[in-house]
Amino acid sequence: MSIKQNIKTLIVEKPLKLDCGQTINNFPLAYETYGSLNHEKDNAILVFHALTGDQFVTGINPVTKKDGWWSYAVGSGKSIDTDKYFVICANVIGGCMGSFGPSHENPKTKKIYGTDFPVITINDMVNAQINLLDFFGIKKLFSIVGGSMGGMQVLQFISNYPDKTKTAIPIACTSSHSAQNIAFNELGRQAITADHNWSDGNYNSKNIVPDKGLAVARMAAHITYLSKKGLQEKFGRKLQERDDLKFGFDADFQIESYLRYQGSVFVDRFDANSYLYITRAMDYFDLVKQFNGNLSDAFKHTKAKFFIISFTSDWLYPTQENKDIVIALNAVGANVGFVEIESDKGHDSFLLNVPDFLKALKNFLDKSYAEKFHEARI
Amino acid sequence: MKPEYKIISDLIEKDAKVLDVGCDDGTLMEFLKINKSVNIRGIEISKKKVQTCIAKGLTVIEGNAEFDLKQFPNDSFEYVVLGQTLQAFINPEIVIKELLRVGNRAIVTIPNFGHWKVRLNLLFKGTMPITNYLPHDWYNTPNIHMCTIKDFVKFSKIINFKIFKSLALINENVSDINNSNLVFKNLFGELGIFLIEK
Repeated sequence: MSIKQNIKTLIVEKPLKLDCGQTINNFPLAYETYGSLNHEKDNAILVFHALTGDQFVTGINPVTKKDGWWSYAVGSGKSIDTDKYFVICANVIGGCMGSFGPSHENPKTKKIYGTDFPVITINDMVNAQINLLDFFGIKKLFSIVGGSMGGMQVLQFISNYPDKTKTAIPIACTSSHSAQNIAFNELGRQAITADHNWSDGNYNSKNIVPDKGLAVARMAAHITYLSKKGLQEKFGRKLQERDDLKFGFDADFQIESYLRYQGSVFVDRFDANSYLYITRAMDYFDLVKQFNGNLSDAFKHTKAKFFIISFTSDWLYPTQENKDIVIALNAVGANVGFVEIESDKGHDSFLLNVPDFLKALKNFLDKSYAEKFHEARI
Repeated sequence: MKPEYKIISDLIEKDAKVLDVGCDDGTLMEFLKINKSVNIRGIEISKKKVQTCIAKGLTVIEGNAEFDLKQFPNDSFEYVVLGQTLQAFINPEIVIKELLRVGNRAIVTIPNFGHWKVRLNLLFKGTMPITNYLPHDWYNTPNIHMCTIKDFVKFSKIINFKIFKSLALINENVSDINNSNLVFKNLFGELGIFLIEK
């Protein structure tokens, strides 16, 4: 893959002290933008990607040659309208689409980092991305938006930089990773590290890939992104290109074949060590603990307008966990709207064509943007 | 727009912080936003109506007033509005107390079950009354705790809150309710509008 030539990169010179204690500087932060920044520089939206996402939000991803991960929501005339807004998205640090990550070479040892890469956190990811604002000369973003781990970044961002955005939209997320969330992530990590090819994280130097382990990790995770009802309706007990059971362990059922496919395409585009690092960052995320048990304190300095969105069939980050964020915001008198969207597409609903969701997102953004003209008149 | 919205608006001071409980499609919220430039929030149980409010640029959270008022700290708002929904709650006493906890004042409107049409309907027809303000059949009504204007006044003494101002709506005309005309207003008022305090 000719990754580098299609990737825009900001070299962050300023030292960044990571939560683990190490300090990094002169590190690459890969990003992409859509639309154009207006003269007042007040139409910028920073989109945060989820676990396996990247900076290529919409259009054709130049590396994978597939649609961007949020093509339903972002684009010309869409919910996050690129005719109107300037959309920025960066690959998180620890990732594998150009930003500083475990597949990079350690300048000191001249070897690929692997598990020598420092453990990063959601806080570190956000603190790396704030540099994009200076780079583009943006004093205040119009909005920050993200689903799942992207939503966690939204919450962390606003708590770190309360006056850097006018609006904030955390979607299908949580303020603190639950035991169940950690358990699923651990399952994925164990699958990867149990693959012989993983070689204690040094597979790159041997030119091998722990593809079996990474595929299993993806398969397990993929199940958590869907709902029981959604799976049942789509696959049921339908058989895969056969009329009857084969009494063996090939993929008899369509769901098996589907998961195997999901696993196999994933290993082509994602780095196993990045998967370890990013899931770890999610597990370490606990904004409640960061504020000594009072989540409200994370938001007490912000005047931003919030819109929280959850989905009925999301059992990974269920409505109640999203509502806890609403409650914490209301406790400090923040400006917060909330809606739970009816969908049986599970946690993945935010990535899919769910018209009620896309409509709510568009309405909130466009109405909030229109307020600036109203304010200007006063 | 419902006729009482103008009256509710007149009870609210300019620039106040207001919560509309059961804000429906946000009509009252919009009216108050424009006329009183209030800082207004809404809470609404129907997803569809929350969507409508969001589309109007209103700040609304999806929730059930009976359980979700808990999240607001004491005295979060100067006014809390509860329009024609008190009778639909399982426990109206808790709701009233919650309204007065989160707000300094509350504006509560009730469809008056003591209205003469309601009384005659039951007396002569012998069936559950259906009127403009109570359009449902007994089997599909959300209204499980109907009361009269007189009942509400009595209720204020029982659970101990002050009625600061009470108004009756008769054919879209508004008039004051006081001790001497209570019997009369309870017979002719279609809607009771109360501004209450702790």
